[in-house]
Amino acid sequence: MSTPRAMVLRAAGTNCDGETARALELAGARAEVWHLERLAAEPARLEQLEILVLAGGFSHGDDVGAGRVWGLDLRLRLAEELWAFVERGGLVLGICNGFQALLESGLLAPRDSEAADREVALTANTSNHYECRWVTLESAECACPWIVGGERWPVPVAHAEGRFAVANEGVLERLRAAGQVALRYVAPDGSPPDYPANPNGSVADIAGICDATGRVLGLMPHPERNVSPWHHPHWTRLEAREAGEGLEFFRRMVAVAAGVAV
Amino acid sequence: MHASTEPQPATAATALPDAWRVECFRRSAADDPDGAGLPAAAAELGVEGLQAARLGRGVLLPASLERGAVERIVSELLADPILDEVRLTPPAVAPAVPDGVRRVLVARKPGVMDPVAQTIRETVARVGLARLADDACVSTFRAWELSGSLSDADTALLARRVLGNETIEDVLLDEEGLFYGPPETGPLHGRVEVPLRDADDARLAAISSEGGLSLNLEEMEAIRDHFVAAGREPTACELETLAQTWSEHCKHKTFAGTVVFSAPGEAPRRFENLLAETIKRATDELDRDWCVSVFHDNAGIIAFDGEWDVSFKVETHNHPSAIDPYGGAGTGIGGVIRDILGVGLGARPIANTDSFFVGPSDLPADELPKGCMHPRRILRGVVHGVRDYGNRMGIPTVNGGVWTHPGYVANPLVFAGTVGLIPRSCATKSVAPGDWIVVAGGRTGRDGIHGATFSSAELHEDSETVSSAAVQIGDPITEKRVLDALMTARDRGLYRAITDCGAGGLSSAVGEMGEELGARVELETVPLKYPGLSPEEIWISEAQERMVMAVPPEHVDDLREVFASEGVETTVIGRFEDTARLLLRHGGEVVGDLSMAFLHDGTPRPVREAVWNPPDHADPGVPPCADPAAMLVELLAMPDVASKEWIVRQYDHEVQGFSALKPLVGTRGDGPGDGAVLKPLADSPKALALGCGANPRYGLLHPGRMAAAVIDEALRNVVCVGGDPDHTAILDNFAWGNCDEPDRLGALVLAAEACREAAVAYGTPFISGKDSLNNEYRIGGRTIPIPPTLLVSALSVVPEVARVVSMDLKGAGNGLWLVGATRAELGGSHYFAALGLDGGEVPAPDLARAPALLRTLHGALAAGCARACHDLSEGGLAVAAAEMAFAGDLGLALDLSAVGALEPGGAGDPDATLLFSESTTRFLVEVEPAAEERWLAAMEGVPLARVGRVLAEEVLEITGRDGGRTARIPLADLRAAHGGGFQG
Repeated sequence: MSTPRAMVLRAAGTNCDGETARALELAGARAEVWHLERLAAEPARLEQLEILVLAGGFSHGDDVGAGRVWGLDLRLRLAEELWAFVERGGLVLGICNGFQALLESGLLAPRDSEAADREVALTANTSNHYECRWVTLESAECACPWIVGGERWPVPVAHAEGRFAVANEGVLERLRAAGQVALRYVAPDGSPPDYPANPNGSVADIAGICDATGRVLGLMPHPERNVSPWHHPHWTRLEAREAGEGLEFFRRMVAVAAGVAV
Repeated sequence: MHASTEPQPATAATALPDAWRVECFRRSAADDPDGAGLPAAAAELGVEGLQAARLGRGVLLPASLERGAVERIVSELLADPILDEVRLTPPAVAPAVPDGVRRVLVARKPGVMDPVAQTIRETVARVGLARLADDACVSTFRAWELSGSLSDADTALLARRVLGNETIEDVLLDEEGLFYGPPETGPLHGRVEVPLRDADDARLAAISSEGGLSLNLEEMEAIRDHFVAAGREPTACELETLAQTWSEHCKHKTFAGTVVFSAPGEAPRRFENLLAETIKRATDELDRDWCVSVFHDNAGIIAFDGEWDVSFKVETHNHPSAIDPYGGAGTGIGGVIRDILGVGLGARPIANTDSFFVGPSDLPADELPKGCMHPRRILRGVVHGVRDYGNRMGIPTVNGGVWTHPGYVANPLVFAGTVGLIPRSCATKSVAPGDWIVVAGGRTGRDGIHGATFSSAELHEDSETVSSAAVQIGDPITEKRVLDALMTARDRGLYRAITDCGAGGLSSAVGEMGEELGARVELETVPLKYPGLSPEEIWISEAQERMVMAVPPEHVDDLREVFASEGVETTVIGRFEDTARLLLRHGGEVVGDLSMAFLHDGTPRPVREAVWNPPDHADPGVPPCADPAAMLVELLAMPDVASKEWIVRQYDHEVQGFSALKPLVGTRGDGPGDGAVLKPLADSPKALALGCGANPRYGLLHPGRMAAAVIDEALRNVVCVGGDPDHTAILDNFAWGNCDEPDRLGALVLAAEACREAAVAYGTPFISGKDSLNNEYRIGGRTIPIPPTLLVSALSVVPEVARVVSMDLKGAGNGLWLVGATRAELGGSHYFAALGLDGGEVPAPDLARAPALLRTLHGALAAGCARACHDLSEGGLAVAAAEMAFAGDLGLALDLSAVGALEPGGAGDPDATLLFSESTTRFLVEVEPAAEERWLAAMEGVPLARVGRVLAEEVLEITGRDGGRTARIPLADLRAAHGGGFQG
């Protein structure tokens, strides 16, 4: 298959679109950055893509709630096209604010859910403020085809509202059973994390989830900020590096989009 | 449709808002950290009775909406389905309040920017939740519900000190009468003349002070004489334009003024233009070929690599931050970012730097001067302001500092800086006759009126109440939209010149752009947030997030389309014309007509007197240290040394993906890095290092040495991480007391002269700067100046990113080398501060040797000789060594006898001098044994001593010059002392 085509979607206040597009290009995709309003005007563009990434930032200032307004735009203005994209086999990734918007958009829930049916939320960190720090993730055995279960990898988080919360215990059990828990925070040695290894107080240390098909993934950490040899906070202590661990995350996503199993 | 079943209809007394009231409270306290955290914040204030609190997010929506529409807005947009419970109250009805709680409502004052309300309004319309009329009002508020046993007085104290800021917010105690609707407007007027021609001196002074013009008598006289000659009275617009343009904030008339300096035993010296003959002269003398644009634009520009240059600017934003720390710091950042957007044809911001000078966090409440906020509240507020604006702009905040001194209690300082990346071809701009004047960005309101003149005056007890209009509220997302649109418009060549709307608003922006040409502005075309602004309010409003461009007529349509695609409004407000005049009209009437020559060159140039009498302190020598371990622990906990991690982690320091060395380094990320490094170009190995230096303790004792020492410090910080001292530019930011006082101005002269000498010696030109010269606080008949404060910021090119070095120790068995000479220089040191000593020798860089040392060290680092490098600053060698050790999780054995004879002669206790002296141009460098030979060869000619050895055991050992062990401290103790201070 030819080079997968990716769109990095942004809205007013998105600010990680540049580095996200660079990471996708480094990983072998052809990436373009589009404003939501342009996509709303030309939604047919989605038919020519294999990957859609909602980039991080502060869409609409996170006014009202993190990712709330952007997600509402997607749900009320582009739902048909987005669902068609996923059902056709397209891959969707939401990073940080993109994950928050993805939750609000309904794309991580069963189709035709109402806003009021949402059972999970991303809300204020237990510390009650924005935090920028590196954490360790453990990839789970899950429905997402480009996540390799059991791997541990470093990546930074940078958010104020990343605490994963659920309406009740049953929701957690259903997510686990359906293979939708994709990424968890762990201590650097793999043991259960305390703060700050779990940087926001997320329930069950959940850092990222996918939908039931595995083709829609959202995560709070920023893999696009760990792609160069100089991104890691300890690179001056380490042997020379070719790339950051986050690049492999994007390479696998691009490979799956190209029809290659990882 | 007003439901009649709800409780309590409105009465005139309560004036309930005629709007739907939505209040969203978190169901669980665990999801309401603001509420859950309030009892602790109350206890800090001495309010003990608060048991629990909840924070509700309130919104007022137009009464004209049907209930169904309101409910849909609530469920789709405002409330979280699993976290929130919602109280919906119909218009003009009092909300049902739970029993036993006290309510405090906090709402933006009418006319103060409310970005969240704006987002709600736009979203409701855009996604089709409801139809809103053009003049429909949406506003937001916070509803606090407090339970426990709170007296009225305690509730009021909590409301004013923690829950709201009455400078910009209405705070209602157990009262539901929220303001709703457009702000009330004053009587509208067109052309207003101010009778000046017959005014005597007393009347002139009164007009200046009553109008908040901050013009002195001499300036008022010059204006009067100008209009006498013109044969008419000035208009209000003209007087305001002159006041803004001539303000200290915009004009720097003191620093660029004529000064006669005298000091004991010296012949008086005269400077026609102090700035030009000191700071700028150094840049001229150095004549570095990589200086692309210095001093004349919104920021300085230097060459970086290939087709790319970098721009750098640091601004002061002090007075607004004193009365509204959150908003003041936020708009400070917003302003300096716009400086970068408005340099040349516009640069892309890639990094922010922020420094604060504040009073002690542990200041007893009864020592707080009347009308001042507690330093704790100020520091939290400015940190949150920087965080919320910088993070939302998507610009990493990678560098900065916090300095604490009692001299800043009433007059905190906030410095905000931005680095931008700009294509080589975009460094210059011009304006042509016939270009349209286009304003882009946010709308204009009655915010920030007189910001420029306010910041040029001294603060006093009532500043908080009388100056609230001078405070602006930022809306970072509007500025982010402007940034996104601007980069596209720049790359398509759609405008010929650009500048930002900062202090003085449109009056300064248009006045500066049209200085060489002339301009005509139709004030009624400026888009307003709400109706009712007078022509002069429109003209001088400092409403944020606006840029002004000169646009060739043929590009106007394309430009407007580019900005519209990002949701940014653009408006043609006038034209640049070859008239040499500034013509202002409103509704067809001329409200101002000034010659550009008088506006820009009509300022009187008085001769200011400056004197210097050195402070009379006995030199206490260097008293021995009985317990170096205890002293080191004490120093690590002092606020200037202690960890700033609680601040740094709240800033996004990695967005944009260019981070190559973070502000915090080491195994646990608790090592205070010297400079931050960014690698912004994918196809170049070059990187940029950012660092800064300041020291008010030195400033109080010896302003000249302070200036040289902080330049040295800024350079040390960038050289440490790999920056090339021969490709480094610096910025000056002076914050001083009232320079009409000869002693304050004398100190400034000394500092400015020292800047010139040091900059020339190091080969590092100043490329831009900003001063703030009226930092005094008046209580009764007494005024208190701040310590003489100079922040020097350095931007340096790192030739090869792979050679960047961090400060954390890397490997047991490696040697630790002290680079540079240690002298008995403890004046202004932290050691003296800990001992309560005043006076002494302030560190003075050896300008004959220091520059060569920096170059030599840079060569050694660039050759890969070192594993770690850290500069010696506050607290001296002992503090630097401790930081390197705990950052690397590795121990260290220090042997002071390895250092040869001290210069000069080693007055005082040599161990204390070696451990705690703050002599400049010194570093600790970790070198592997295998690299030692190369290291020694590379460092030939530089004072050097292998003063330590890296240990696997996590302990710091110190052996004195007499061979006896003087300290052995577990790293855990050092780490605890360093990280145990004020945490916000």
